[in-house]
Amino acid sequence: MTQRRSHQIGTGLFILLGFAALAYLATQTTSLANYRQGPTYALKARFTNVGQLKLRAPVKIAGVRIGSVSGIQLEPDRLEALVTLAIDNSYNQLPDDSAAAVFTSGLLGDQYVALKPGGSPEMFKDGDEIILTQSSMQLEELIGKYLVGGGDAPGSKPAAAAKPATPESETH
Amino acid sequence: MSEVSTSSPDALVRIRGLRTRLGAKVIFDGVDLDIPRGRVTAVMGPSGTGKTTLLRHITGQLVPDAGEIAVDGHDLARLDRNGLFELRERIGYLFQNSALLTDFSVFENVAFPLRQHARLPEELIRNIVLPKLQAVGLRGAADLMPAELSGGMARRVALARAIVRDPMLLIYDEPFVGLDPIALNQVLKLIRVLNHTLGLTSIVVAHELSAVRRVADHIYLLADGRIAAHGMPDELVRGDTDWTRQFFGGEADGPVPFHYPARDYAVDLGFVQVKA
Amino acid sequence: MSDKPARGSLIGDGLAQIGALGLFLLQILAAVPRSLRYFTETVRQIFFVGAMSLVIIVTCGLFIGLVLGLQLYDVLSRFGSTASVGTVVAIALYRELGPVVTALLFAGRAGTSITAEIGLMRATDQLAAMEMMAVDPLAYVVAPRFLAGIIAMPLLASVFNAMAILGSHMVAVSWLGLDNGTFWSNMTGAVDVWTDVMNGVWKSAVFGAIVTLVATFQGYSTAPTSEGVAYATTRTVVYSSILTLAIDFLMTAFLM
Repeated sequence: MTQRRSHQIGTGLFILLGFAALAYLATQTTSLANYRQGPTYALKARFTNVGQLKLRAPVKIAGVRIGSVSGIQLEPDRLEALVTLAIDNSYNQLPDDSAAAVFTSGLLGDQYVALKPGGSPEMFKDGDEIILTQSSMQLEELIGKYLVGGGDAPGSKPAAAAKPATPESETH
Repeated sequence: MSEVSTSSPDALVRIRGLRTRLGAKVIFDGVDLDIPRGRVTAVMGPSGTGKTTLLRHITGQLVPDAGEIAVDGHDLARLDRNGLFELRERIGYLFQNSALLTDFSVFENVAFPLRQHARLPEELIRNIVLPKLQAVGLRGAADLMPAELSGGMARRVALARAIVRDPMLLIYDEPFVGLDPIALNQVLKLIRVLNHTLGLTSIVVAHELSAVRRVADHIYLLADGRIAAHGMPDELVRGDTDWTRQFFGGEADGPVPFHYPARDYAVDLGFVQVKA
Repeated sequence: MSDKPARGSLIGDGLAQIGALGLFLLQILAAVPRSLRYFTETVRQIFFVGAMSLVIIVTCGLFIGLVLGLQLYDVLSRFGSTASVGTVVAIALYRELGPVVTALLFAGRAGTSITAEIGLMRATDQLAAMEMMAVDPLAYVVAPRFLAGIIAMPLLASVFNAMAILGSHMVAVSWLGLDNGTFWSNMTGAVDVWTDVMNGVWKSAVFGAIVTLVATFQGYSTAPTSEGVAYATTRTVVYSSILTLAIDFLMTAFLM
């Protein structure tokens, strides 16, 4: 039956279109789009406070995504957060004195790890630890500090990314 | 109430003590009826006497409140759904409004019962369907859609569909309604020819006496929830009960009153005051 | 099932309707295994309820996207966060607007035609004829439409969402000058496949079941007259819309 056949073809096209739309939505408009990662290498960083940082949060340099957070654990002996970063292999020219900081995208957005390149001639290798880190700025702490008036930003190690007051957002 | 015996060779359908009530209305109040094998039996009666309901009982679509119905020796009350479906596969049913499936062509409508119950090769289906269409004279209309058919043609297609699986029993629900004289004659001829050539048993439900007289071997007159009369067509027409006189003699008044039950006419018109 | 709202207690009638609908659902589910042999019929119904609804879904999706883009850009610009237009559009669509609006459009486009079709089959004795040909109408007519609704709705909702995102992108990026990269990177940063996209897919499958259940029920139990079919068609839209929104609330409340 030609009519039955044309229905079957139409149904096939419809199902194809529907799944294409679904696949597009699922892969291109969600965090899956950020998984276009080939091989990666791991870097570690310790923070006294990671704030709202989540697994799979982006790792950026100058606002450009170079990898993602692959693990967040508490180190029992030092009571610090040990964050593992999976960096794309194509970005293997990171000076080993680069600094890591937990930033917030926009005023209320998600948190991400920003790397600030240093000037060392040596490059990070797989499994290296980023020594210079700066913890997440908690809004409460900022407000408290502002009210009390001065004092060191609590919970921050001396970092190359000097003033955390202007968190970079990737807004262009 | 006599027991339904499976050993009666001449009755394909036996009904004993049938009682049915739909809502508040009593449809059947003790109906006994036999449909003899190989004959054309007509069930007649005024509108609303439950002729179609009787057919729904015979096909097991409706369960009676009391009474026994046996078709080809099977007591319908004891059949489960599958048994009922198996029985129905051997019954052809011609609906009053043909009930052709609007999505399918004439050919596919007739082939529908075949396709649903067996995986047959297309060649074989054509070899079964085309002779049936030829028998009703519509082989040339095989590719038309139901919407393109006249009422008489649609009924003939429905007839071809009803006989496509060579049933033992063929049921016609009001087959003469709305047909012009030519189509009427065609359908009448088909009923007789099919019954004789295929060796079927036929039940015709109708109220057109002139048409029924030409096909039926036996007539049951249904009225008031009972069998008012039965017999050969000519006997019945000459019969002299109130029912046969009104029904076959065409009198306007009789057991079925001309006037719908009402209050006293004078009261309605306001000539007489009713005491509260 | 009277074709006019019957007198008597409204609550009693409502309960009776819900009970009858529930029983009908059980009957359909029982008929689904038997309907698998009518697979081509299911395919045909996916074509009728799905492919034939594409035009309205694509058009409405595009317009919803355009409107969302305009409105959100305006509102978000007051907070200086126009960068989030894509994010808000995507999350609103995936979680709520996509499944719900698609279900309402689906009820109007496919639900009504299912009710009218089955109602006419009832009125012209086609269902009784199938019974007489030993073909179960629940397995041959109702279950394939039910399955087709469940299969087609998530696909329709996905097409709807994709069109709406394109529409909002058109407004925000092409007309209002938002940066293309900002639009997408904010969206991909905040939208999650499982909690957002797939959540909407499950929802729309459930809505597809609801709409086709109500539509087939109304058609199947309609009074076999032209008024009966007309009433049943209206009731399909009203009841399936109400049920969709009510169950949407329950699903959102309990499953999130």
